[in-house]
Amino acid sequence: MNILHDIVEPGFFSSSVIDTALVIGCLTAIVSAVAGTFTVLRSQSFIGHALSDIGATGGAAAYLVGVPTIYGFVAINLAIGVFLDALGINNKKERDIVTGVVLGASLGLTALFLYLDTTNTSGSGDTMNLLFGSILTIQPSLINVFIVLSALSIALLIVYYRQLLLSSIDTDLLQAKRRSPKAASLVFLLALALAVSMSAIAIGAILSTALLVGPATAATRLAKDMKSTFIYASLIGGVSIFLGLLLSYDSYTWPPYHHGWPVSFFVVAVIFIIYLLTLLKPEAKTRYKAGQV
Amino acid sequence: MFAPFMINAWITASVVGVVSAVVGFFIAVRGQAFLAHALPNGAFAGAAMASLVNINPLLGLGIFSVFGAGIIAFLEKKLKKDTATALGFVLLLAIGALLLSLTTEYSQQIFALLFGEILGVSSTELLPTVILALVTLGLISFAYRPLLYSSVLEEVAFSKKVSPDIYNIVFLLIVALVTTMAIPVVGTLLIFTLLVAPAATARLISKTPKTALWFSVGLSLIIVYLSIAMAYWSNWPIGFFIGTLGVASYVAGKLYQKVTS
Repeated sequence: MNILHDIVEPGFFSSSVIDTALVIGCLTAIVSAVAGTFTVLRSQSFIGHALSDIGATGGAAAYLVGVPTIYGFVAINLAIGVFLDALGINNKKERDIVTGVVLGASLGLTALFLYLDTTNTSGSGDTMNLLFGSILTIQPSLINVFIVLSALSIALLIVYYRQLLLSSIDTDLLQAKRRSPKAASLVFLLALALAVSMSAIAIGAILSTALLVGPATAATRLAKDMKSTFIYASLIGGVSIFLGLLLSYDSYTWPPYHHGWPVSFFVVAVIFIIYLLTLLKPEAKTRYKAGQV
Repeated sequence: MFAPFMINAWITASVVGVVSAVVGFFIAVRGQAFLAHALPNGAFAGAAMASLVNINPLLGLGIFSVFGAGIIAFLEKKLKKDTATALGFVLLLAIGALLLSLTTEYSQQIFALLFGEILGVSSTELLPTVILALVTLGLISFAYRPLLYSSVLEEVAFSKKVSPDIYNIVFLLIVALVTTMAIPVVGTLLIFTLLVAPAATARLISKTPKTALWFSVGLSLIIVYLSIAMAYWSNWPIGFFIGTLGVASYVAGKLYQKVTS
């Protein structure tokens, strides 16, 4: 009993803050796992991360005009998704550079909005929250919005599943079937935009990218096909969130006392350790390696 | 605008503008804008560590950017470049989040490291920046040909299953150096934009690598000087002007490319 007591500090399962965090965390882990598997497959981690920062520009703008920040995140991310897709970038290197230029402009705008925010209102606490986010400060009222966004994102990915998979692996084959890879690419960016907006505002930009890329990367080393990749990635994401919350809760009794260590640190640490463990497994001969394609 | 207290800002801007344009040229050729974003933002944790253990922020930034470059180099052996960068990046950010939560640093100071404080650069900050800039430029002039060669032929080398060569690591170290040099004086946002936009535009409007390099430097200086002037007059954050001018020059470059082809 004592050992259990040491591992799980009293009150972990009876805290409503932790409950909300666990629900949102698991929801995000599943959506990120599915969107993340395609992200890793399509080598689009940069856009996946960029959208979490670009979303903050929308968040800062929404805050400036007094609208809930989540709508700012979603609106700007969908717009940027359409914009990047409309540029019709097929070349990987150019896609990377354009994403960089857009991200730079967007971060500049965030700086301006935050400057206007802080000159109009006072204090920079909101600023830090917007930039770093926290899974422990989610209002329970947002849960419904999250469920809708997750459902939309996953629905898009399921409906276009075959086309997405084909276009991720072999554009020529898709064209041979007289399907344009463009539709799949747009759908992917929209689903990614929804998934990332949701996770960036719920758990912050750090965890958003970590949950998008980490579990999917580890899962592709373990799984032999797409479906088991989704399942492994969701499980790894869920376990990381759970352990991260648990350890962060426990850390209130670690030095410096009565000041918990951040959840994001533990979640990323767990994800990274799981990834390193998957490296112990000899390279599987699968068609969907995250490694060298 | 050219008052004595502004002199340091102009010198800093020139130094950072030139070095980031040169390094940015390789970033654009290699398609590694993500790295240009990841290392400066990740290494930012080093400043938090420095304030925690009371050492020079430059040392903290240096340690973290080299550590980050090492992790990314390790992961690149196992994964695609973008995935490796993403994983290394979130690991650095997570350590940064931990260190930040342990320090009692004012959020205002952190804000300055993110978005830069070029108008308030002191002379003592200027010297290490200039030295690091010279080291970076020296390293690049020494390794210019192999770097360019490995950048262009990277995909060929990759498909032939040749392991990423030593120049990949040299390049990661160069980006780590620029990061350490620039963050204390111009912040993470500004260095990222300067690493990406001028060189990307220059590649659109020039035919040979050499002219692209010169265009990149010229454009970078124009952008950074204009931005300082506009930030000085408007009092708005300089990052906003750098980002906007960066995207504007890239769009102009795209249009030029369309018209001439």
